[in-house]
Amino acid sequence: MLKILDENGNVNPVLEPELRGDELIQMYKFMVFSRVADEKAFSLQREGRMGTYAQLKGQEAAQVGSSYALREMDWIFPSYRDLGAMIVRGLPLEYIYLYWMGNEEGSRIPEDVNVFPLSVPVGSQIPIGVGFSNAIKLDEGNAVTVVYFGDGATSEGDFHEGMNWAGVFKTPTVFFCENNQWAISVPRNKQTASKTISQKASAYGFKGIQVDGNDLLAVYSATKEAVEKAQKGEGPTLVEAYTYRMSDHTTADDSGRYRNESEIKKWVEQDPIKRFKLYLELKGLLDNSLDDKIRKETGQMVDNAVKKAEACPAPKPEDIFKYTYAEMPDHLQEQLDELEDSIG
Amino acid sequence: MPVLNIVEAVNMALREEMQRDKRVVILGEDVGVNGGVFRATVGLQEEFGNKRVIDTPILENGIVGCAIGMAVYGLRPVVEIQFMGFIYYILNHIISHAARLRTRSRGRYTVPLVIRAPYGAGIRAPEHHSESTEAIFAHIPGIKVVVSSTPRDTKGLLISAIRDPDPTIFLEPKRIYRALKGDVPDEEYTIPLGKARIVREGKDLSIICWGAMVMVAEAVANEAINDGLDIEIIDLRTLSPLDKDAVISSVEKTGRALVIHEAPKTGGLGAEIVALINEKALLYLKAPVLRVTGQDVAVPLSQAEDYYIPSVARVLNALRDIMAF
Ligand SMILES: Cc1ncc(C[n+]2csc(CCOP(=O)(O)OP(=O)(O)O)c2C)c(N)n1
Ligand SMILES: [Mg+2]
Repeated sequence: MLKILDENGNVNPVLEPELRGDELIQMYKFMVFSRVADEKAFSLQREGRMGTYAQLKGQEAAQVGSSYALREMDWIFPSYRDLGAMIVRGLPLEYIYLYWMGNEEGSRIPEDVNVFPLSVPVGSQIPIGVGFSNAIKLDEGNAVTVVYFGDGATSEGDFHEGMNWAGVFKTPTVFFCENNQWAISVPRNKQTASKTISQKASAYGFKGIQVDGNDLLAVYSATKEAVEKAQKGEGPTLVEAYTYRMSDHTTADDSGRYRNESEIKKWVEQDPIKRFKLYLELKGLLDNSLDDKIRKETGQMVDNAVKKAEACPAPKPEDIFKYTYAEMPDHLQEQLDELEDSIG
Repeated sequence: MPVLNIVEAVNMALREEMQRDKRVVILGEDVGVNGGVFRATVGLQEEFGNKRVIDTPILENGIVGCAIGMAVYGLRPVVEIQFMGFIYYILNHIISHAARLRTRSRGRYTVPLVIRAPYGAGIRAPEHHSESTEAIFAHIPGIKVVVSSTPRDTKGLLISAIRDPDPTIFLEPKRIYRALKGDVPDEEYTIPLGKARIVREGKDLSIICWGAMVMVAEAVANEAINDGLDIEIIDLRTLSPLDKDAVISSVEKTGRALVIHEAPKTGGLGAEIVALINEKALLYLKAPVLRVTGQDVAVPLSQAEDYYIPSVARVLNALRDIMAF
């Protein structure tokens, strides 16, 4: 398993990626932002201001490290848990909030943001992302596509078919698996008899690498290498980020039914943000006052996003019809008229 | 007699059938240790062990493919698909194998398989968690499609489905999964597949519906009393094969009919029922048969889902149109 930072923030100097101080601080800010935004979403759900929500807590390094390694032109195909990755790629937080608040406007991804709508049917984004990267290749483009999915998704046919396709056609794809050890109540070792998830890549004829998913630098380096390889036309890579889902599966779940507190505690000690913070402190890039400032600013940004999301008008009847086809057929117009009539 | 909700009735049916018949096995995601994301299988792995209550990896297509193999061997698999929105993964196995093995093998191989799935909107669930696509399955010859609407029916119908020699899709209305409670007999009983239930007798108009729409129909019938109307409600219970007699005899009596379903209108089962009435009872009709259905769009996210689901107001409008014809 690739590891660059140890639990105390000590870096392996041979493997330390070349990143400027401001870049390191930016990544830290993204992790803190993801954490605060995630905790806010949880409390909004509890207050009845948001629907069911899937927390990413514990997976900040996996999401931020991987998405930060991308270039402006690259694309991501996220799953429901990938708030952190989407934020780094430039999707404003209020969009993500709006989506989980049950308003489709949250899925109206701004033109200049290379993010595919998050995917709920497990693993289904994988072949789509592969096809997208295949199209980039046919078009002789330079962009690379990263598909995000969990350990559980690797059981779906979509994963295997996407991997096979990518191997056969050498598509510029990075398969980024957030192995958070659980798929709702099913632990990793009951999901697959493979020893690691990364080893599955060899069956499809390309490289897989397992990285410490709570080590921001390891995730960043492995993803960056995979992107460079893909961009050079050398085909796909599977990156397995070995991490942990610190929260329940979603706000509708109670993980106390299937896993014990001591396991969670063990992983809380491996908190990816804490580890990176220690590294930044050792490097002299971060102290308490800067950290306080970052957290304060983050809190304000998150509150702002909540305000914007909650200020978005509720959908109107026509909103559910008008994006079904390029042009609204008569029968939908009729249904809209009937609905409006019933509302009065 | 215990008062249970629909989830608890599912659980009771599964437990009783597993006790009675050791060929019954349960397969699905999170059905074992976790007892199901809706708690429908709670306690079953403790009672029957992890060989009969199997937590599968996440592979719907594989679960159903393997369950077909188990069923052909002689087991009685009951598969849980977590939400109807994730059922499409299994279509190939259903259409190409489960539905036609009896035919292909001239009766030698059969597939006594049940696939349970919570369906429908109305609980402010996330995307893909509110689907009502029963017509897709009712269109496949060789499988049965059952939708329950009360706790009592749920137990009796599910037991019948498990004992049935052919594959059944068993849909559970999650909008009223817990909201609706009712008496469920402790003792063994079955409710035959293919037989509708008259929820309420009336003489002016027949509402034909199933699942969560039965409650909407009941609310409409109560409102319609103010208009001096006496509404009959037929809960189909089984969508394939349809209880044609129940529909026809009701329409022969009332001369007016209205179908409510939550699924989209185009190609929905409402069309099938209208065609049936047309074929068998046209001359009894005093007005055209109307449909009030889900809209022909992807089910919206929660803030707009009320625009999608048939509302009491929409049904009343249609009902008044029929009466005014
Ligand atoms: C096709 C499909 N089946 C089932 C579900 C229900 N479901 C949602 S998340 C999940 C577990 C996914 O686990 P994993 O891939 O490890 O991702 P994680 O949730 O841990 O991020 C399941 C079974 C779904 N959304 N899609
Ligand atoms: Mg997982």
